Amino acid sequence: MPEPLLDVRDIDVFYGDFQALFGVSLRVEAGAVAAVIGANGAGKSTLLKTIAGLIAPRRGEIVFDGAPTGAAAAFAMARRGVALVPEGRRLFPSLTVEENLLIGGQARRPGPWAIERIYELFPMLAERRHLPAPALSGGQQQMAAIARALMANPRLLLCDEISLGLAPIVVRDIYARLPQIVAEGLSLVIVEQDIVQALHAAAHVFCLQEGRVALQGKAAEMTREAISAAYFGV
Amino acid sequence: MTEWINVILQGVLIGGLYAMFAAGLSLIFGVMRLVNIAHGDLIVLAAYIALLVTQGLGIDPLTSLLLVVPIMALIGYVLQRGLLNFTLGDDLLPPLLVTFGLSIIIQNGLLELFTADSRKLQAGAIEIQTVQLTQGIWLGVLPVIQFIVAVAVIAGLQALFYRTALGRAFRATSDDQPVAQLMGLDTRHVFAMAMALSLAVIAIAGVFLAVRANFDPSIGPARLIFGFEAVIIGGLGSMWGTLAGGIILGVSQAIGAQINPGWQLLAGHIVFLAILGLRPQGLFPKVSG
Repeated sequence: MPEPLLDVRDIDVFYGDFQALFGVSLRVEAGAVAAVIGANGAGKSTLLKTIAGLIAPRRGEIVFDGAPTGAAAAFAMARRGVALVPEGRRLFPSLTVEENLLIGGQARRPGPWAIERIYELFPMLAERRHLPAPALSGGQQQMAAIARALMANPRLLLCDEISLGLAPIVVRDIYARLPQIVAEGLSLVIVEQDIVQALHAAAHVFCLQEGRVALQGKAAEMTREAISAAYFGV
Repeated sequence: MTEWINVILQGVLIGGLYAMFAAGLSLIFGVMRLVNIAHGDLIVLAAYIALLVTQGLGIDPLTSLLLVVPIMALIGYVLQRGLLNFTLGDDLLPPLLVTFGLSIIIQNGLLELFTADSRKLQAGAIEIQTVQLTQGIWLGVLPVIQFIVAVAVIAGLQALFYRTALGRAFRATSDDQPVAQLMGLDTRHVFAMAMALSLAVIAIAGVFLAVRANFDPSIGPARLIFGFEAVIIGGLGSMWGTLAGGIILGVSQAIGAQINPGWQLLAGHIVFLAILGLRPQGLFPKVSG
């Protein structure tokens, strides 16, 4: 078995006294696409934030590219090649679209993504490059948030709830661009409530339920019944 | 008539100094929501450092800026990394209390080292040189230089904020700290750079203050008030607004002093209060985009 790019080993994560993740383990191979699904409050976003270094696990460890991350801060993880597209997009509102992209590339690693490539992938951003970020529509903001993360040339891209609050046609448009991104050689972990999109996009699926991995396996082999059972705990 | 024009021009020129007091304050609050109560005392600290540098090396005050500015910037960086970063969080109170304590420490430290005697930086002949603008209107060369420097500082800060990668990092960190971290920005370093920049501006302001008038360890808090007033009059988050705020404060004080010498500070405070009451967001608040 090849060494995975990301190896989350049995982590417990707390917010104060509240435990959000219980012994979660997850492996993502280089170049693979994994989806984390689960109901609201299952701990999906917490898992991504922990991988990105925004929260430190209280127990267990995360190994990225063969080295334990320890208590590395988010900025250090970003420099090592982990990029998180946060839930709700969170573009910098006082920056223009282009400035948002440039800040994404502030600690960039060598790689295929530069601003011209980004504008080829998302032409609508090129047209709006000088607008303030809040002037974009929700879908455009989501694309800008993904583009901003790509500017760092990450090896692992974490996307939290791409489809949240967006029209289905916009969601399809964004998902249609993901294969081009993965083809450049990065690994992708998507957190998604839209199970159909998730199963379609990912090769491997992890289903979280109340902070635990309730089900995992190849997306193609997942049955609707197994997912329902893991998702709703029935 | 010329008398009043003279008064207003003097007010405008001193307004440049107030804008420099204010710019560093506004910068720090904008980037990290930190209200630096020790700001005025740091201005006085810069003046004393300039005193040591000018006396020790035998150079004039303006040349001493070449040393005082980097020294103050370094102090700012270390102060932020070593102390103030630990006070930042969701609560505005801890940085307020810690900088208040810092203010007391600086005042008493200076008192211990330099006594309560008034000092002044000697700039030589330039202090009394004047230029004639028109018939009956004379401007001091030093106040004019001070004003030009102030405008240059404000323009420089504006350009840095909107044209450089560091300025972009300041604005992004101000917008959303966790996401700025996700972009690979070490926000502790970004904050320390902002404090270094603030203290670099303070250094310039402190040297001009010390050339212009006597100073002693106790005058910091009043400079802090002038800075606050200029920031609030101009509107938070706008550098040019800060310059305008400084000028309005300077002109108000000059007019007050002209009416009655005892009214100088009072007039400034009244205009500040009036603007705070009528337009709490300031005259030139930051516009988005």
